[in-house]
Amino acid sequence: MEAGVLAEAAAMPWRRRASERSLGKEGRIWTLWSVGVVLTFGLPAALLVWIQPLAFPVSAIFLAHGIAVLHLQARRGARGVKPIGPAEDPPARAALGLLGDLMAHEHRDLVGQTGLALEHGRLGTWLVGQEGAVLVRPGGRRVHCFCVRVGEAGDLPAGDRVAHLLLALREDEEGFATVANRNFSGSAWRVWVELPGACRPALNRAREHAGNT
Amino acid sequence: MSRLIRLDRTGHTELVSWTAEDEESQRAAIRAFRRELDEGMLASATLPDGSAEVVRELPLHADLVILRRPIAGG
Repeated sequence: MEAGVLAEAAAMPWRRRASERSLGKEGRIWTLWSVGVVLTFGLPAALLVWIQPLAFPVSAIFLAHGIAVLHLQARRGARGVKPIGPAEDPPARAALGLLGDLMAHEHRDLVGQTGLALEHGRLGTWLVGQEGAVLVRPGGRRVHCFCVRVGEAGDLPAGDRVAHLLLALREDEEGFATVANRNFSGSAWRVWVELPGACRPALNRAREHAGNT
Repeated sequence: MSRLIRLDRTGHTELVSWTAEDEESQRAAIRAFRRELDEGMLASATLPDGSAEVVRELPLHADLVILRRPIAGG
């Protein structure tokens, strides 16, 4: 196995390795998909109002359906991350302590406040949760949401689950993005809206960092 | 002093520690390291710049080596 390659990614030779280019391509596909949803629901709604203005309520319902589809996609991405909850027992506190030791000093408070770990990478700025990660691309406008978890995490405290993902991310960022399943890509504000309120400062911070890169 | 720790249900467990001067502690660390890898754990050495490196042999110079379980797409 090539040195520096994530073992889990090396075990999936059929999956194309994630890269700057592949993420850009995926982002464009997601944008096209979103435009498709808007057109699919928006054009008939507009046409209906043009033909019969009194059909406006039906048209509005149709349009709302399209908007709901877009919201659901962003929600799936946002809710997949799963922040660390309160550390209520000794193992959870020990795990959180170790995670704090692994984090850069300026990001430790953010983990405690939001339950998400911020990590800088070459592909952008990452927010890592228990069962997923959000990648804020350079510029801070686009995010990619990934579903990724510890294979056998049943007995692990929440902080340890995040530490597992953080270590894997540090070992091989592109490999990490290769192993993870994608569940959303789009504008950062769409994910921000769907995140639990406590997690939003983490995305704000990640966007600030990504905006400066 | 260098440490080998495992992420587990207790939060984490320090399996062994060693120093550059103590060869016996180094041998014990290598044995513990190999045992964990044989059981399917993956090892990650934390580098001074904050990044991490996958390791398959115990880096005796590293301050901290962490054993973790494999990850998978959700």
